[in-house]
Amino acid sequence: MIEVNRKGEVWVFAEQHNGQIEDTPVELMSKARHLADTLGVKLAAVVLGDGVKDLATKLTQYGADKVYIAEHPLLRTYQTNSYAKVIYDLIHKHSPQIVLYGATIAGRDLAPRIASATKAGLTADCTDLQIGDHTTVKDKKVHKNLLFQIRPAFGGNIVATIINHDRWPQMATVREGVMPMPEPDVKRKGEVIKEEVTLAQSDLPLEVLEEHKRPKKVDLKAARIIVAGGAGVGSKDNFKLIWDLANCLGAAPAATRAAVDLGFIDHDHQVGQTGTTVRPSLYIAVGISGAIQHQAGMSQSQKIVAINNDPNAPIFGVAHYKIIGDLNKVVPMMIKSTKEKSVKEN
Amino acid sequence: MGYNCVVLIKQVPDTKRITGDVMNDDGTVKRSALPAIFNPEDLNALELAIRIKDKFGGHITVITMGLPAASEVLRDSLFRGADEAILLTDRRCAASDTLATSYILSCAVKKIHYDIVLCGRQAIDGDTAQVGPQLAEKLGVTQITYVEELTELSGRTITARRNIGNGWQLVKTALPVLLTVTGDANEPRVAAAKKMMKYKNALAPVEIEQKIKTENPGADVMDIKELAEHKCGKLIEQGLLMKQWDLDAIEADLSWCGMSGSPTKVHRIQSVVLAAKETKQIEPNEKAVSDMIHELIADKIIA
Repeated sequence: MIEVNRKGEVWVFAEQHNGQIEDTPVELMSKARHLADTLGVKLAAVVLGDGVKDLATKLTQYGADKVYIAEHPLLRTYQTNSYAKVIYDLIHKHSPQIVLYGATIAGRDLAPRIASATKAGLTADCTDLQIGDHTTVKDKKVHKNLLFQIRPAFGGNIVATIINHDRWPQMATVREGVMPMPEPDVKRKGEVIKEEVTLAQSDLPLEVLEEHKRPKKVDLKAARIIVAGGAGVGSKDNFKLIWDLANCLGAAPAATRAAVDLGFIDHDHQVGQTGTTVRPSLYIAVGISGAIQHQAGMSQSQKIVAINNDPNAPIFGVAHYKIIGDLNKVVPMMIKSTKEKSVKEN
Repeated sequence: MGYNCVVLIKQVPDTKRITGDVMNDDGTVKRSALPAIFNPEDLNALELAIRIKDKFGGHITVITMGLPAASEVLRDSLFRGADEAILLTDRRCAASDTLATSYILSCAVKKIHYDIVLCGRQAIDGDTAQVGPQLAEKLGVTQITYVEELTELSGRTITARRNIGNGWQLVKTALPVLLTVTGDANEPRVAAAKKMMKYKNALAPVEIEQKIKTENPGADVMDIKELAEHKCGKLIEQGLLMKQWDLDAIEADLSWCGMSGSPTKVHRIQSVVLAAKETKQIEPNEKAVSDMIHELIADKIIA
């Protein structure tokens, strides 16, 4: 751990793969900018890789005052130990007060390893970050301007605000999609700092034999309209209703975890705490009871239409339009009236 | 040759089965009303260990840190195929965050000769996925997180397929290793009837003491102690006494345990109450549905 350092910077680990920065750290930049401004300190992005110095421009445009670049041939592909070692060394060299990571697969693999080595605190999967004061129960001491690490817990049924007042840096991973993507400011200028890296082959205990990546089947975060089906849709065959309604609305088809687990549709389409967080203009929930884990991923939608035959389904609590009825009748009605409307327009 | 596997398991409240019965009137959850279950992905970790043992031989030790009631998941592990179960229980573990928990678990695991440590990817009460990687760091071993399949184990080399979100990766490394296992890795077997018969009376010392206290209300403390020791002795003979460790047994430094070992503290907890908004009820007939679609178009919600 490092000492409490009020002048310390705010850091964002700018995770990149093959020269492409992941979305989550970019989404994090505007929040981190706000935290740094509130504290009156600099915001720095930290990039590890090989031949990645050009990424500094983009990170500056998204709000970084400084970009630390750690380049080494052995950092070309992500590995837990090598990345953890370099970031550990940088933390001890520069004493940042806050270090943030995207809660991506790599972020959730890396951040706890660093936290353990540093013996510092780490809060997983935050959905919000704020600056605030905390009074310790025992001695009534007030600790000013701490990082409030806000996250759902207990299956999403509670929201916990976590702090770390003594063993810094204050570290958190932040969920994908919970913070809106900022607009880049092409005129912004920043400082680029090249860091020396010493690594040996022994810092890479894993041998990556094969890697297969596939593009996501659907971009739920970018969709203006989403039609989502739950277990209530009944079968994979019947899930065609969701696809049909989505097609005629120009919407993205989505699903609850239950529907994904039942094999109705691929996991890429899952909305909720363990899927994607979305905030479209219109969210049509079909045969979805509305478990809190699902609501966590869609309750920010501008308008919500819910169709369910159970009048007590929790989804109705967040719906703007509530249709108590058989989805097998209501969805075709919606398809029909949407089609009629577009025919009239043409 | 075989492999010594240590599986770390947790008893958790079943947060996925929250129904009306466990809700308070204000919309918050009655936590105590939730059933305690075997953390789902820990079952996948145990299953993977059993498959390793089935194929290569070896020994499976299961450890849980928790209250005495967590003995339940240890017995369940014995029913499914674990060889040995250890209850790590100590009041001084209370309020441990993931860092303190991983420190305590590391002290326990270091007492055991292991080749492979297996954990579930994450527990459903916290969903942090932090304890696995933190424990790997404390043990100084390589971690492979998000394991979906163990593709090869040969001599001191392990190859596994891990989920990387939008695809998968096949990685190879030398033992010892720590794996965190996802729910997609396998279909956990159910308890075997034969093993259930064998282990249904397996108990941890703390359970024996509680049982004797209930059976002998008002009995003297020394008498209870003596009765408990006698019962423990009998269970040892039958191979049914589950091991029980406290922080002294694992030689943990108390300053790294519990509250004092936990850098993260709770500032505030708020219950999530399902917010009631202004809701329009639409009748399930063509006219009403069509009116709703038109309203959404008029509001420019549908382009």
